[in-house]
Amino acid sequence: MAQANESFFSRLPVVAHLRKSVGLQRGMLVAGIAITAAFLLTAAFAPLIAPYGFSQGFSETQSPPSSAHIWGTTAGGYDVFSRTIWGAQTAFLVVVIAVALSIFAGVILGLVSGYFGGWVDRVLVVVSDAIYAFPTLLLAIVMSITISRGSSSLWGGIFSAAISITVVFIPQYFRVIRAETIRLKAEPFVESAIVVGASSVRIMARHIYKNATRTLPLIFTLNASEAILTLAALGFLGFGIEPTYAAEWGYDLNRAQSDATAGIWWTGVFPGAAIVLTVLGLTLLGESMNDLNDPRLRGRRRAGKKKQELVDA
Amino acid sequence: MSRHSEKPGATADGVRPVLDIADLKVTFATDAGDVFAVKDVSLSVAPGEIVAIVGESGSGKTVTAKAILGLLPETAQSSGAVVISGNNVITVSPAQLRAIRGRDVAMVFQEPSTALNPVYTVGWQIAEGLRAHRPEGKRVGKKEARKLAIEALGKVGIPDPEKRVDYYPHQFSGGQKQRVVIAAALALNPGLIVADEPTTALDVTVQAEILELLRDLRDRYGTSIVLITHNMGVVADLADRVVVMYQGDVVEEAGSEALFANPREEYTQKLLAAVPHLGRNSASEGFTERAFQDKEVLVRATDLEIEYPGRLGSPAFRAVDKVSFTISAGEVFGLVGESGSGKTTIGRAIAGLNRTTGGSLNVLGYEMRDYRERTFRPLRKDIGFVFQDPAASFNPHLTIGECVAEPLAIHTSLGGPAITKKVEELLESVQLPRGYARRFPHELSGGQRQRASLARALALQPKLLIADEPTSALDVSVQAKVLELFLEIQAELGFAALFISHDLAVVDILAEWVGVLYKGRLVEQGIGNQVMGNPQHDYTKRLIASLPVPNPAEQAERRAIHQALIAAK
Repeated sequence: MAQANESFFSRLPVVAHLRKSVGLQRGMLVAGIAITAAFLLTAAFAPLIAPYGFSQGFSETQSPPSSAHIWGTTAGGYDVFSRTIWGAQTAFLVVVIAVALSIFAGVILGLVSGYFGGWVDRVLVVVSDAIYAFPTLLLAIVMSITISRGSSSLWGGIFSAAISITVVFIPQYFRVIRAETIRLKAEPFVESAIVVGASSVRIMARHIYKNATRTLPLIFTLNASEAILTLAALGFLGFGIEPTYAAEWGYDLNRAQSDATAGIWWTGVFPGAAIVLTVLGLTLLGESMNDLNDPRLRGRRRAGKKKQELVDA
Repeated sequence: MSRHSEKPGATADGVRPVLDIADLKVTFATDAGDVFAVKDVSLSVAPGEIVAIVGESGSGKTVTAKAILGLLPETAQSSGAVVISGNNVITVSPAQLRAIRGRDVAMVFQEPSTALNPVYTVGWQIAEGLRAHRPEGKRVGKKEARKLAIEALGKVGIPDPEKRVDYYPHQFSGGQKQRVVIAAALALNPGLIVADEPTTALDVTVQAEILELLRDLRDRYGTSIVLITHNMGVVADLADRVVVMYQGDVVEEAGSEALFANPREEYTQKLLAAVPHLGRNSASEGFTERAFQDKEVLVRATDLEIEYPGRLGSPAFRAVDKVSFTISAGEVFGLVGESGSGKTTIGRAIAGLNRTTGGSLNVLGYEMRDYRERTFRPLRKDIGFVFQDPAASFNPHLTIGECVAEPLAIHTSLGGPAITKKVEELLESVQLPRGYARRFPHELSGGQRQRASLARALALQPKLLIADEPTSALDVSVQAKVLELFLEIQAELGFAALFISHDLAVVDILAEWVGVLYKGRLVEQGIGNQVMGNPQHDYTKRLIASLPVPNPAEQAERRAIHQALIAAK
């Protein structure tokens, strides 16, 4: 009813959620939005913000924060501040590519598998279960080695990281969409489309797709934070992108390992904090969207302004 | 309480009422702002009195019932007084509220199968209230609780209570489950039972038994009952006094007979006029032989059998058993039966949504035994289907216009503007404004959606329309309008229709030829008014006798006939 008069803008996922929220939930959502926005802006304007390039070497190694290098330099002679800023760009690219690829594949497979059922469904479910059974990181490492074959250029590295994350995520999207499709298949509006004589492709594309993908913005945000963690873990273990091609937080953390015991804190703290903050922001955003999507979890302002007046009877 | 003394039926004789509601207001906080569900309700219930609260959906009757037990959700804010045996439910502490529930007031829910926990025996569930309350200040022992549970089951007429006390809910039928729920409500002998649509989920024949039980409880134990219902027949059968609610307000309050004989308010008059009444406005008035027999036969079922495969090891369930009938062009065939009788299965089989497993079903010349979606698809343009729940049968992401246009887009080569024009015409033919094409399904009311659903079914001018309980999700006044529209359009376009319903009175208004299904068998078929007026099969007789009519005096007579029928069995 009220939805009819609202503009397209106010019905966009995050905006609509913000309007619905109240109290602590709103605080969490706003914090999530703020941190995520800061991350996105940093990624977009990295060339303007960062004083140096990500692969620009300096002669003074492991120098503490100073006016020339506000967060100090690493053992390899890189500027910590610049690399942390550029790292946001790499993380953003990997996350977008990984999640976009897995959404496409997962949604299509889920729709087909759920709608037609039969042996296609059984095979796909077994395969996705098998992928689930693997430790995520191990699978990502194997994929990364197979794709990049050791050499990791900028896009090669980004794609190998993204695709290895994709393989892990496809089963998640597949399962969500398949479950929704199976539920929706029995809904009267799908049956009424069958009775009208609509073809299977038409039913899937027009009737099931839109209704099944309602939860996607939510999984997207939650998975984005997971993708960042996987990317960082890959970099930390040495399967990431070479420092000369792109800045990557996981790699920097790896290099900072030996520094920590030597009292050189600045090389590890900043990339680490960047990972924590980004993941925290995305998780807050995703979790509060999840709560707001569920009318039973959503908090509301109490009805009636003056409680006092209402209670005395 | 002085303000109630002038009301009819109130406790003028000085007996303290079991329930006294004064100026109850309930407000819900929702995304769209505050909703005033109950605006100002005052009523009282005397000991041993049955008060019915009637109203259409959204009238606030269920919210009122929940307020009586303090069961309103967190988002609700209530004010006023709901006094049960000296305690104001709205202001008491949660601990006191727990003490009141079960001891002074108990609730019977609409859906007995969800009101019982499937993993405990019914005896345990009945005794739960006893354990929670420690009557006479001491713990109820296991043996004693069991004894009391058996007693309670006996009270509500469950046969062999000593044995059945250890049964689980799934081992009972729907009607028996409702008896168990009532037994649990009675366990502590509360003075008041709030029954929220206690028979809505039940079949008519079972409904008659539950109504009988409730009346019996009142007569024997003096329990007061607040009956929440939308069914005027049930009200006529059971209630002493009726409170009519509309949009959160009490519109009229009167003794049952006075209300039905002489409704004062306009709303009540309209409500009563909209209730379909068996034997009035029969579609087959004056018919002596079956009409349309000279026309082409569109659907012919011969010994039709439909089975649902059982789980591993258990036999298949036969939903339709050797059913034979025909539907000719232009004829409205009414199919009546209770839940599980196979009526919906037959309708779905004709539309190709269920496969037949035996016999023959010929639809527009196509033998459904050899069903292939690919070969049947061209025939679909000649079959329209109206689903039971208008809210669920529209894709929530498409506009009404897009939904209605779908059959046109699939089966015709019309271009965009031509389709838009046709959709607007269709909407007008079902008396919806043209502008509704741009609205989304949730922006329409139930009745409007069902009209749009009819427009979609009729978009290609089908030869056959299958309507599966199209009005059972609607309020009576809306139902009356949709039925009227259906009659008009059918007379104008002359399509054949299979009208499936559990409501005999509704079927009688529409169908010239009526078939009665019972446990998958077609036990009787004939001209509508003959089947209704002079039923031949025992089951049909019972079905018709157990249908409550919205007239207390007439219903009392019918009740006597029904009891005689049961006694004779």
